Amino acid sequence: MSKKVLIADDEPNIVISLEFLLRREGFEVLVAVDGEEALNKARAERPQLVLLDVMMPKMNGFDVCQALRADPEMAGMRILMLTAKGRDTEVSKGLGLGADAYVTKPFSTKDLVAQVRQLLGV
Amino acid sequence: MKFPRKLVIAVAALCLFLLVLVAVVVALMRVGSGDGGDAMSFGDRVAAIGMVSLLACAIASLALNEAYRRYVRASLRLAEETGTLVAHGGARVGDYAAPELQKLGQAVNQLLAVRDALENDVAERVREARASLEEERSRLAALMAELNQSIVVCNLDGRVLLYNQRAQQELCSGSGGQGGELLGLGRSIYPLFDHSLIAHALERLQQRAGGASNGHAVQFVTATRSGRLLLAHMSPVLAGEPDEAITGFVLILDDITAANERDARRDALIQTLTEGGRGPLGNIRAAAETLADVDDMPAEQRERFLGVIRDEARALSSHLEEAAAAFSADLRARWPLEEMLGAELVAAAARRIAEHCGLAVKLDNVDESLWLRIDSFGLLQVLTFLSTRLLDEYQIREVRLALSLDGKLAQLDLIWSGTLMNNETAMEWEVASMNTSGEATPLSVREVVERCNGEVWFQRERVSHRAYFRILLPSAEARQEAPRGSVPARQGSRPEFYDFDLFSWSASAHELDDRPLGELAYTVFDTETTGLLPSDGDEIIQIGATRIVNRRLLRNECFDQLVDPQRQLSRESIAIHGITPDLLDGQPTIDSVLPAFHAFCADTVLLGHNAAFDMRFLQLKEEHLGLRFDQPVLDTLLLSAVLHPNQESHRLEAIAERLGVSVIGRHTALGDAMVTGEIFLKMLPLLAAMGIRTLREAREASERTYHARIKY
Repeated sequence: MSKKVLIADDEPNIVISLEFLLRREGFEVLVAVDGEEALNKARAERPQLVLLDVMMPKMNGFDVCQALRADPEMAGMRILMLTAKGRDTEVSKGLGLGADAYVTKPFSTKDLVAQVRQLLGV
Repeated sequence: MKFPRKLVIAVAALCLFLLVLVAVVVALMRVGSGDGGDAMSFGDRVAAIGMVSLLACAIASLALNEAYRRYVRASLRLAEETGTLVAHGGARVGDYAAPELQKLGQAVNQLLAVRDALENDVAERVREARASLEEERSRLAALMAELNQSIVVCNLDGRVLLYNQRAQQELCSGSGGQGGELLGLGRSIYPLFDHSLIAHALERLQQRAGGASNGHAVQFVTATRSGRLLLAHMSPVLAGEPDEAITGFVLILDDITAANERDARRDALIQTLTEGGRGPLGNIRAAAETLADVDDMPAEQRERFLGVIRDEARALSSHLEEAAAAFSADLRARWPLEEMLGAELVAAAARRIAEHCGLAVKLDNVDESLWLRIDSFGLLQVLTFLSTRLLDEYQIREVRLALSLDGKLAQLDLIWSGTLMNNETAMEWEVASMNTSGEATPLSVREVVERCNGEVWFQRERVSHRAYFRILLPSAEARQEAPRGSVPARQGSRPEFYDFDLFSWSASAHELDDRPLGELAYTVFDTETTGLLPSDGDEIIQIGATRIVNRRLLRNECFDQLVDPQRQLSRESIAIHGITPDLLDGQPTIDSVLPAFHAFCADTVLLGHNAAFDMRFLQLKEEHLGLRFDQPVLDTLLLSAVLHPNQESHRLEAIAERLGVSVIGRHTALGDAMVTGEIFLKMLPLLAAMGIRTLREAREASERTYHARIKY
């Protein structure tokens, strides 16, 4: 059974690439366009990995990450945070809140895909 | 003196008389006993004795009197004269008949001459010292006024000893100088700066002064009540040897509000450039890499990815444009442009062109009132460079300069005639690096003009055979020379922004009553009113006040405010003060003016002419406004009565005339307050001569005078 990946980002122009790339890798891809939707979909669909953008409407990536990590039922879910802000403090905050990895835009698609595969152990 | 002199003469005459009598008696006896027969009778002998004795006595006393006049009285006169000359100096003792006294007189004159020379020497040195001190003070004051930073010097009590105009502008802005925040000599600095903040900084200074790093300054940032951000640099004022204790502090203040805003803007810009660029770049890169990696993408899918790249690239470009525009505005703002009278620039250009190229320069219409905001040196280079090229290429003999205003822009024209030049050549000159005799600069004409936010172009008038380069420059508002919210300092007078004698002040140490009059700070004030009867509803329409600190009238620290009395002005009162109802339209009411005045005169003695009258108006408002004017009050009218009890008039003009004070601006509240202040300063030495030196003595003397009993 293929792995499920949730992409949470409000910018369609990045979602289009991420969605295409991950589908090509054979993952089942879900998309959420704001923080609330991301949290709901994560709870309902239980993806193995969430690609989480920090700057999102309604609920930001940090809060979503925190909420996911507070739920023991989703302890095994991997979280990869994406952000346009490259400050060291933010990277530390994301990792501190329980994200498994942190990628700063712009990123190499190859590296990202490699990182996703590694996190999912495939 | 008279009695012993007569006694001496009498005794001397008597002795002489007896002596002569005895001598004559003895002589006649001898004559009588020598030959017996034809001798004189006894009676004849007695008569002869008497005659001869009297004659001898008369001669003797004449001689004695002459001797007395020549020696004894002349000596006394010499003594008196010497005494007078010792006191006054300058003159010399006169001639004396007796040679001995003549010699003595000469000796005295020599001594006097030596003494006068010494005195002149000392006086000259004192004058020199005073002049150089005065010069130094003026230099200091001038320097202070020129400084771009605010400077305030205080003693340990936080009383202001010195400040410059800049400090007054910066610290009092927003309140118009008449609100709660006041900067003035002898005033406390604590309404402007938090007490604990200053105390903490002083503590740090003291710690450092105790340690090895003696005399170092401390810094802190504080906000004024009007919201400005100030960077304060505090350094100690040390007493001389031996203990070098801190006696006060110097505050150098920089308004960093603007710099902070600029920094914040730049930070925001950098942030938008870096972080704002990441998102779009990330999208482009992901799309591009996807496109590159996948060969078998359907055309429709491919088009979507290309669309992403196009959209994001476009968004990124416009984002960059905006940022660049904002950034270059900041860069331009940092280029040091100065404000200059346009006519001065034209005159300087004419001189420079004539000097460098030997061309005749004529001035066409030059607008004398035009101010420009420019890089003047750069523009001079531009005009000289263009003239030099014209001379070199076309051998013109004359250029003309013109300056006029067109809308909000100034047109500076360099005009010549006779030679036709094409646009391409002009363009070439505009963009070439300027290189005139001996002066090479990498800048071009166009760069300099753009730096001044202007434009330059070449134009021809075929009909008149004239051609010109026109430089379009933004004009500037005429420069504001007068400081905000203060009366401009009078020309030639000593600036009144400092008073180092205040170092010795410690307001808390003395009770006001026993302080010398010259040491107190006064608020000299006067009011204009709708009439004479405050109890019948007459109201204040103007309050004017100035301050006296350390015997100096501070013309720069004034309070001058019209007040809307909220009632009609009578025709008679208008005739006195000349304040018409339209002047009072829109002025604040007494409810807001009086609290401001109350703050202005805090910690001072109130001084007025016929102050009882003005105080009555103030006091009637006290309860309503919850204020108390409870400071000591002195009245120049009463003090005048103390000084000159026999004079008819104690009106302000009469006193001013008696004391030699010129009266200007009479019957404006501020004008009258100034005159009152000057009169008071003239009165101080006269009062001291009467033994009235302290506030208590002045008040008690005032109370004793007749006029004190008049009630308004």
